[in-house]
Amino acid sequence: MSAASSPPLDIDIRHEELDGRLAETWRTRPGFWGALATVDHKVIGRRYIATAFVFLILGGILALAMRWQLARPEGRLVSPDLYNQIFTMHGANMMFLFAVPVMEAMAVYLVPLMLGTRNIAFPRLNAFSYWIYLAGGILLWVSFALNMGPDIGWFGYVPLSGPQFSPGKRADIWAQMITFTEIAALAVAVEIVVTVFKQRAPGMTLDRIPLFVWAMLVTSFLVMLAMPAIMVASTSLILDRLVGTHFYNPAEGGDVLLWQHLFWFFGHPEVYIIFLPATGMISSMLPAFVRRPVFGYLPLVLSMVTIGILSFGLWVHHMFTTGLPRLGESFFTASSMAIAVPAGVQIFCWIATIWDGRPVYRTPFLFILAFFFTFVLGGMTGVMVASVPLDTQVHDTYFVVAHFHYVLIGGAVFPLMAAIYFWYPKMVGRMMSERIGRWVAGLTFVGFNLAFFPMHILGLQGMPRRIYTYQTDVPWSGLNLFVSLSTVILAAGFLLFFIDAVRSARRGEPAGENPWGAPSLEWATTSPPPPYNFARIPVVTGRNPLWDERGDMPVASGLRVDRRELLITSVADAIPEARDSSPRDSIWPFWAAIATSAMLIGSIFSPWAVVWGSIPVAITLVGWFWPKGTPEDDA
Amino acid sequence: MRERVVADLSHLPLHGKGTASPTWWGTLVFMLLEGSGFALMIVVYLYLGSLAPSWPMGAPPPDLGPGLVLTAILIASLVPNWLVSRWAGREDMRKVRIGLVVMSVFGIVPLVVRCFEFPALNLSWDSNAYGSVVWTLLGLHTTHLLTDVADTLVLTVMMFTRHGANSRRFGDVEDNTLYWGFVVATWLPIYACIYGPAWL
Amino acid sequence: MRPHPRLAAAALLPLLTGCTGPQSALDPQGPNAASLAWLIWTFTAVCGLVWLLVLLTVGIALWRRRASSGAADEPLRPESATERRKQGVVIGAVVATVLIIATLTLMSFVATRSLTASSGEPLTVRLRGYQWWWEVTYTADSPDRFVTAANEIRVPVGRPVRLELSSGDVIHSFWVPSLAGKQDMIPGRDNVLTFTAERPGSYRAQCAEFCGMQHARMALVVIAMAAPEFESWLDAQRQPAAEPADEEQEAGRQVATGKACAACHTIRGTRAAGTVGPDLTHVGSRQTIAAGTLPTTRGALGAWIADPQTVKPGNKMPMVPLSADELRAVSAYMAGLK
Ligand code: HEA
Ligand code: HEA
Ligand code: HEC
Ligand code: CUA
Ligand SMILES: [Cu+2]
Repeated sequence: MSAASSPPLDIDIRHEELDGRLAETWRTRPGFWGALATVDHKVIGRRYIATAFVFLILGGILALAMRWQLARPEGRLVSPDLYNQIFTMHGANMMFLFAVPVMEAMAVYLVPLMLGTRNIAFPRLNAFSYWIYLAGGILLWVSFALNMGPDIGWFGYVPLSGPQFSPGKRADIWAQMITFTEIAALAVAVEIVVTVFKQRAPGMTLDRIPLFVWAMLVTSFLVMLAMPAIMVASTSLILDRLVGTHFYNPAEGGDVLLWQHLFWFFGHPEVYIIFLPATGMISSMLPAFVRRPVFGYLPLVLSMVTIGILSFGLWVHHMFTTGLPRLGESFFTASSMAIAVPAGVQIFCWIATIWDGRPVYRTPFLFILAFFFTFVLGGMTGVMVASVPLDTQVHDTYFVVAHFHYVLIGGAVFPLMAAIYFWYPKMVGRMMSERIGRWVAGLTFVGFNLAFFPMHILGLQGMPRRIYTYQTDVPWSGLNLFVSLSTVILAAGFLLFFIDAVRSARRGEPAGENPWGAPSLEWATTSPPPPYNFARIPVVTGRNPLWDERGDMPVASGLRVDRRELLITSVADAIPEARDSSPRDSIWPFWAAIATSAMLIGSIFSPWAVVWGSIPVAITLVGWFWPKGTPEDDA
Repeated sequence: MRERVVADLSHLPLHGKGTASPTWWGTLVFMLLEGSGFALMIVVYLYLGSLAPSWPMGAPPPDLGPGLVLTAILIASLVPNWLVSRWAGREDMRKVRIGLVVMSVFGIVPLVVRCFEFPALNLSWDSNAYGSVVWTLLGLHTTHLLTDVADTLVLTVMMFTRHGANSRRFGDVEDNTLYWGFVVATWLPIYACIYGPAWL
Repeated sequence: MRPHPRLAAAALLPLLTGCTGPQSALDPQGPNAASLAWLIWTFTAVCGLVWLLVLLTVGIALWRRRASSGAADEPLRPESATERRKQGVVIGAVVATVLIIATLTLMSFVATRSLTASSGEPLTVRLRGYQWWWEVTYTADSPDRFVTAANEIRVPVGRPVRLELSSGDVIHSFWVPSLAGKQDMIPGRDNVLTFTAERPGSYRAQCAEFCGMQHARMALVVIAMAAPEFESWLDAQRQPAAEPADEEQEAGRQVATGKACAACHTIRGTRAAGTVGPDLTHVGSRQTIAAGTLPTTRGALGAWIADPQTVKPGNKMPMVPLSADELRAVSAYMAGLK
């Protein structure tokens, strides 16, 4: 199959020259168009992460507005209409534009490096995913700025979100924003599954895959099985609103609870889509900070898989007060509580890892400790609300608000911040400040607990959620004031975090390849990694490659340098099967994203936008896939 | 870190086929996620049906003619589809070209029949929830058909250009036949839903 | 099952400050809420204990080993003997987890059963939610003896009340924490909730499902009164509206029946027979107006009628232009509708 004048292989090239040749093949072209056309997973991953954090700031500022409004009874900072937009924006933004994407984004950056490959599978789809995500975020926030922000809560219950009770375009914008973020998430899920299946370094058998990668694999399957539910739900809602179908109209044979079933069939796995990557991060970071391999690799993998499977069997626990048959509901109590078992297994394994390790008290580890404190508490309140009778008292109150912030912030954001402190040196090449990091950990931990713990009590005292104010004759004002003031501590912690992240990009200590002495493959290349990640593909002989192979790193050679070439290995045992090409940079994913966005936004206003809008989409897709005669195209 | 070369990969093929191809896996994974979308829509159909006092609701059962014709065409298309896949596997360019033209026709004809199938449902999407759900099921499958037909057409054109003679393209043709099989397979449960009550 | 909320409360005193209010799950005033409060405290105790144990173990794990200087340290190679010992402990902890959650599941199942059990002939009341007020209908043996009121439910002490919940527009949720857990009011799917009040008193309730702009101001009072008192109150409610007591009130009645008010409100015994808004036949006898927004005083009524959209922005009652005299008269009349 090889051509007459055989193309250059890495073995034919002097070692000093190799980096230059590979860089020439893999690099992102400089300039504006180069930046739009790039398909480098590291560039896109960084972009994705930064964008998600911008949405965290925006959502956080909304949270501060809510807390200001609720600090005193009969608050007058915002009108009821604006408050309803704010809490909906806060919830939808945090879930759809921050928490899920940021986890996907970390994976886009880290998974190929951890697997020892040169780019993610389907890199152009990856670029497309980012642009679609960005467009969805812009759609939501521009609408909010134009006073068209959704005001129906992050789960948009019908009939309130239906044509009769939400005239105007607010609900459509919410539903369509979901379509954008779902497309983006589904794209990343497909890429990750295929990357993990086919692009692992030789020798990385299934039982040597880093735990973060396992977490992302399970998460990707959750995305693919759960997100179609919200697509079905939001599409049928848009149809009800736009062309007069009756999915949710009880007068014409539709059903109001159908929405809740569909939403939560997605919504419950969604929270584990956020949580599982975080647990993967913990498992992957912990060894570096206790100086020993993680305890219980197999149980950790199995518990992630179990959580993934169980998560499809609990959606009704969000509907305990809707009057479904009691016996059925009790089943969901049992299944919800059962999640405590795999979650517990994870916690126990981590503690066992720490047990005879030697702790290194650096910032990421402090965040991991904050995670233990906070997440386990949130898990306990999860077990409480899983009880049907108990939930009838606390459902839709601040008790639930407390529960989910404990698990979301304690269970996902704290590990995420640990992960940023941990992998920032890899991404940027410089360390974040240890001194500031301690302050960030302290302020966010203390601020968070002071702000959110009292919400449990408020909930039990009868304070419902989603109220823009409360009267003076209910005894909630003291605790609310306390909560609001504590939020300032939390916000200060976040502010310091962002300052540190921005400052360290220029002034941080240079990091070196492996500043934490960590065992996984991403630390085997320079910080930040070159465009091609690894000059030679690493060969894996154990679960902790950099610890198992002290001294020198076994690698494989024989890949071409004149085209973007990477290694395809078998699914189970990672035995090399082929050297395949990875697509070049292309501007078409960007145009395809623009065309798709135009079509989706247009369809809020007229069903014909789908018909006419599909033409430019088709054109851009042809441009995307049409072979250009580059070395990557032939085989 | 110092490196120690332990393996030489230069003997490996420049492009993997079948399970060694990421595109093949990509197609499979797409089928999984679209399949779960279809499955959910069918669940919605059954759910609404289980709540309704009568089903089909407020309309005579759909006429069977167009649906039957369409099903027959789709099932018949599996034969040339399978042949194209085999020819592509053998990289037989002439036969693949003929096969793709035939498959394009087999893609377009069902779309024409589909135009008659919607009226045969005997009610409109905005009549009631039953109308909404059957129209959506049918609409969803139509989009599915449309995208695959568009894909087939582009691929057919490509095989007549200088880019065609390339094992990567033949792999694409194989993936396309795989996907067509999926389009036909998803139709069967949808057919059972929409027309099942009329048969019973 | 005799609950001991006080005992548990003493143990958790620091958390409890201010836990008793007019609307609190921890201040039960009926058997349903009492067994729920007991359940809440038990769960809190068990889960709190587990949480403490977990954190204690983390603490010990950190404390027992010398801290490491960091990245340069040679990683440890776990010994198989200690790893196996730890494996045993982890398995033990998992078994304990299974036992604990099995117990908790069983407890909540038993609690569910005890809630649905009720004794005695219940009083059936229909409650229908609207954006953003409640319509209350007291049923009787024949429909013409039904009584319709709003935003206030009166119940006899000691007798079970069967609430038939429905909604006229979007989803609402009925929740009186001191008496029972909540139950949603869903269009197209009617629900039932049964509870008993043990002591006379008034208990605040608030809509618990987000239902649009004024979800925050959709409150309700449940007033429990001795059975004989309740009967005479119900009889009084069955009467048509009180006749105006003076000229001003008479003028007020003219306004209420002549102006747009009559299109939306019913005042039994007059021409006003609208059904869009709350029944006003005995509005003056209720504790609050506009679903807990204002106390029912003549001044508050005046403020409300003069400009409902400022008092409760977005609510479904428009401002009806009235002269100052008309306004004064109509509020006097409303206040007199005892
Ligand atoms: C990261 C996100 C995340 C995570 C991980 C969880 C975890 C859990 N959640 Fe949570 N949940 C949310 C996010 C999350 N949740 C959100 C966002 C909502 C609200 C949505 C909305 O209404 O807006 C919600 C709402 C919610 C409800 C609905 C409440 C209501 O609306 O009334 C319920 C009910 O069952 C529930 C249960 C649980 C349970 C049982 C777990 C379990 O997975 C917890 C398991 C963990 C532990 C138990 C701790 C570790 C275990 C041990 C140390 C072993 C020992 C333990 C025992 C012996 C008990 N959650
Ligand atoms: C991951 C998800 C996530 C996160 C991180 C948060 C974070 C926070 N949330 Fe969130 N919240 C939700 C998810 C999340 N929330 C969801 C899903 C809902 C339900 C919505 C619904 O009911 O529909 C909800 C609802 C909700 C409510 C209930 C509203 C209501 O029912 O009426 C409240 C009230 O206090 C609240 C508060 C907060 C606070 C104080 C934070 C804080 O942690 C925020 C801290 C962050 C900041 C304060 C930003 C700080 C940064 C700066 C200050 C930097 C400034 C500038 C530069 C660097 C340029 N949230
Ligand atoms: C378009 C319909 C409409 C008109 C006209 C209207 N109302 Fe109302 N009214 C309502 C609705 C709806 C409410 C409930 C508002 C809420 O609490 O959210 C209400 C509430 C009230 C209440 C409080 C009742 C209670 O028990 O909470 C009073 C008193 C009242 N209206 C008096 C009047 C008077 C007097 C007029 C005429 C000047 C009038 N209304 C005109 C619809 C109307
Ligand atoms: Cu009615 Cu909230
Ligand atoms: Cu859940």
